[in-house]
This record gives sequence, C-alpha cells and structure tokens, in this order.
Amino acid sequence: MSTALEFRDISVIAANERRLLDRVSLAIEEGTVTAIIGRSGSGKTTLLRTANRMIEPASGEVLVAGASERDVVALRRKIGYVIQETGLFPHLTIERNVGIILEAEGRPREQRSDRVRELLQLVGLDPASFGHRYPHQLSGGQRQRAGLARALAAEARILLMDEPFGALDPLTRAEMQDMLRDLLKRVKTTVLLVTHDLDEALYLAARIVLMKEGKILVDVPSDKFLRSDHPEVVSYATAFHRGTSRKSAHEGGTA
Amino acid sequence: MSESFLSQYGADISTLTLEHLWLTGAAMLFAAAVAIPAGIWLTRSPRWAKPVIGLTNVLQTIPSLAMFGFLLPLPWLGERAARIAIVALTAYALLPILRNTYTGIRGIDPTLIEVARAIGLTGSQRLLKIELPLAASFIFAGLRTATVTCIGIATIAAAVGAGGLGELIFRGVASVDNRLVLAGAVPAALLALIADGALGLLERRFKVPGPESTRR
Repeated sequence: MSTALEFRDISVIAANERRLLDRVSLAIEEGTVTAIIGRSGSGKTTLLRTANRMIEPASGEVLVAGASERDVVALRRKIGYVIQETGLFPHLTIERNVGIILEAEGRPREQRSDRVRELLQLVGLDPASFGHRYPHQLSGGQRQRAGLARALAAEARILLMDEPFGALDPLTRAEMQDMLRDLLKRVKTTVLLVTHDLDEALYLAARIVLMKEGKILVDVPSDKFLRSDHPEVVSYATAFHRGTSRKSAHEGGTA
Repeated sequence: MSESFLSQYGADISTLTLEHLWLTGAAMLFAAAVAIPAGIWLTRSPRWAKPVIGLTNVLQTIPSLAMFGFLLPLPWLGERAARIAIVALTAYALLPILRNTYTGIRGIDPTLIEVARAIGLTGSQRLLKIELPLAASFIFAGLRTATVTCIGIATIAAAVGAGGLGELIFRGVASVDNRLVLAGAVPAALLALIADGALGLLERRFKVPGPESTRR
C-alpha cells in the first residue's frame, strides 16, 4: 500500500510562541481511516489543518501522494474537508453546494448535475427531493450528509473530517457513522478523522493516533488501542468505560 | 393643482424630474463604482477601515449647501453646475454604500469563509460566489439609504444652477408660490419613495434564505 498523506517533522508555533505541534511525523496509508484523538488543545485539529495548508507549519512538510503541492488551490481541491458545522453555504441550494467545486473548476452544467445526483444518492439523500432545498430546510444529519457529498465531489483522494458528527444527537450520529462506514467501502478514500469520541474512533478507524500537547503519544491499530498500557490510553479507556460501569454499579446498588 | 397650472408647468416638471433622476442616477453609479470596490478592499485590509470610513463620515457631515459652495470655485468642476452636483451627491452616497459593503462582508460567519478557502475556491471565486451574494442584501440596503438621501439633497443642487426639481422649489420660495414649491417637492418625494420601494425589494430578494444566522 502506498502512502497517501505524510506529515514530516511538522511544527506549528502560535503567535504567543506556544508550540501547537512539535515535530510531528505521521504517514497515512492510502485507502485507510485513521482517527486522531486527544484532549482539547492537543493539536489534533491543527495537524489536520496543515494537510490542506489552512495552517502553514513553521517547519517540516506535508506530502500528498509523495509530493509537496505548491499550488494551494489545486491541493485543496484534491482534499475533501468536512467539519462539525457542515459549512454549507446558506444562499445556495444543496445541489449547488455539493457541486460548487465542480462549478469553480468550470465543468459543464450537465456533467455537474450528473455528478451531484450520484453523490447525493451515495450519501443517502434523494436528489429529487433534496437537490433544490436550501441548507436550513434540512435536518442536522441531512446537512452533514450533504457536507460529505460536497467533500467527495471533486473525486477527493483524501478526506479530512474534523469532529464531523460532534453536533448530532446520539441516534443520528450512529446512523451517520454507519453510513460513512458503508460509503467508505464503496469509495476508496483515505480518511483522517479528528474526534473526541473514542467509540467513534474505534468503530470507524483502522488506526488510532493519540495526541497530547502537540505530540503523538500513541499510534496503534484500533483493535490494540484499548489493550495499550500507556497511562493516557488507560485514562481514556477508563473514561470510555465509566458510563457503563457507573450504570451497572448504580443498578447493582439499588437492586 | 389646477389644470392651467399643470399646462403651464407640466413640461417643466417632467424635464426637471428627468434632470433630477439623471443627477441622482449618475451620482449613485459613481458612488457605487467607488464605494463597493473600496468596501471590498477594506475587508482585505481592515486596518484602513476606520480611517477610510471616518473620512466618508466627515464628508457626510458637511452641510449640502456648503458642499456645493466649496466645489463652485474649482476648475473644470465649476464650469458646469451638473458636474458639481454629481460630485457632491457622490460624496454623500459614499458612506452608506461603503459602510454596508464592509460590514456586510465582514459580518459573514467566518466558518463559511474558512470552508470556502478549505474546499479550494480561489480569492475571486470566494468573493463572487460566497461573499458578495451573502452580503448583497446589506449592500442593497446601503444603496437604498444613499439613493433616498441623494434624491433629497439633489433638490439643493438647484442653488448652484444644476437644475433638478429643486429649481421649482427655489422658484416657488422666491415668488412665495406654494404650488410651485409643491410641484418640486411632491415629485421629489415620489421619486424617493419609488427608489426606496424598488431597492427595498432587491434587498429582500437577496436576503439569505433561512432562519439560521449566518452572521457574526
């Protein structure tokens, strides 16, 4: 398997001299899902945003398919970007939102609408009933589906997802996770997923990277994550299991 | 107004109304051509926003009669009264258009601008496809305020001989003929109302759909 995305010795320094990323190196295999987890402020979103050069590192380089792309617009069009707020443009219909990059690339209208229809179907939205609606006329989950369709529009080989389902209710969130898992089986895309949710990381990713204070602490296949004896992983796992253990303790006490 | 009054002044009223429209229309075109690009530029260089908007604010505070008076002795401008009127009206129209263009674009939810960059829209695509459409209703609101103000101020332009409906008003005041004053004031008020209504329609037409706030 070849490397789709590689971070080489990346450092990012904030205006107040704080090191947001400290010489981070990470290579992501093509067609895999890698989850980056960590506390708030650990640098996971910063790392994600250096991939599409929304943040320029102070040192180090990011390679996409083995090369460093100079043209930032061309680079960003190769990389899909999904965020929690979806970022759908409120003045454009779902059809135009999804096809905006194809429009920007100057692709003919017919080709655009065929591709948009295909993408909407892929994310489980009926093009006939959703294509002409505006973002505010959709539910949170539907908006997130449309955001995902937009990210895939320009045949993106890499998908950056920053807490994509963080704002959804638990049921919709689970549905979206299923949809994404199913979709990634059909679309061979390399995914870098930033999440707070260990359950989501374990469910979707093949590999989990745990960050703290701008550094990578743990980088393991997801099936080995909970077995790691690293203290930070242990804290994570404890927090992860606490809901269930609290509940059973409570039920045991009252029985 | 009696029939004889209308037959005597009807032609004057229509000519002066057209003149009034020409003065205001030309000034609005110039003002929009300067203030919209300037407003966009200020969103890219916000440190200039305060001094530039401040300057247009100062222009706005100059009493209109004084403004026409200041421009009168200037070479080229002073040769034709209409030039003076158009320049003065343009100066008055700058502030509302500039301010609304600037605040309209700066007020867009920063997440949307960030996403537009992240998905690979170029600077001009971002401006044309995202920023201007999202700020359009604000910009039209600025144009509306500017137009209505200028239609009113244009009546003073008659004081320097620039014509327009103000001429009837000044003639009416000088000859103590209220009918003449009204013959100038009523069409000017109607023009202002029509401009207000039409630009208000455009403002609503370009309002971003949805209850969700997309502004900071």
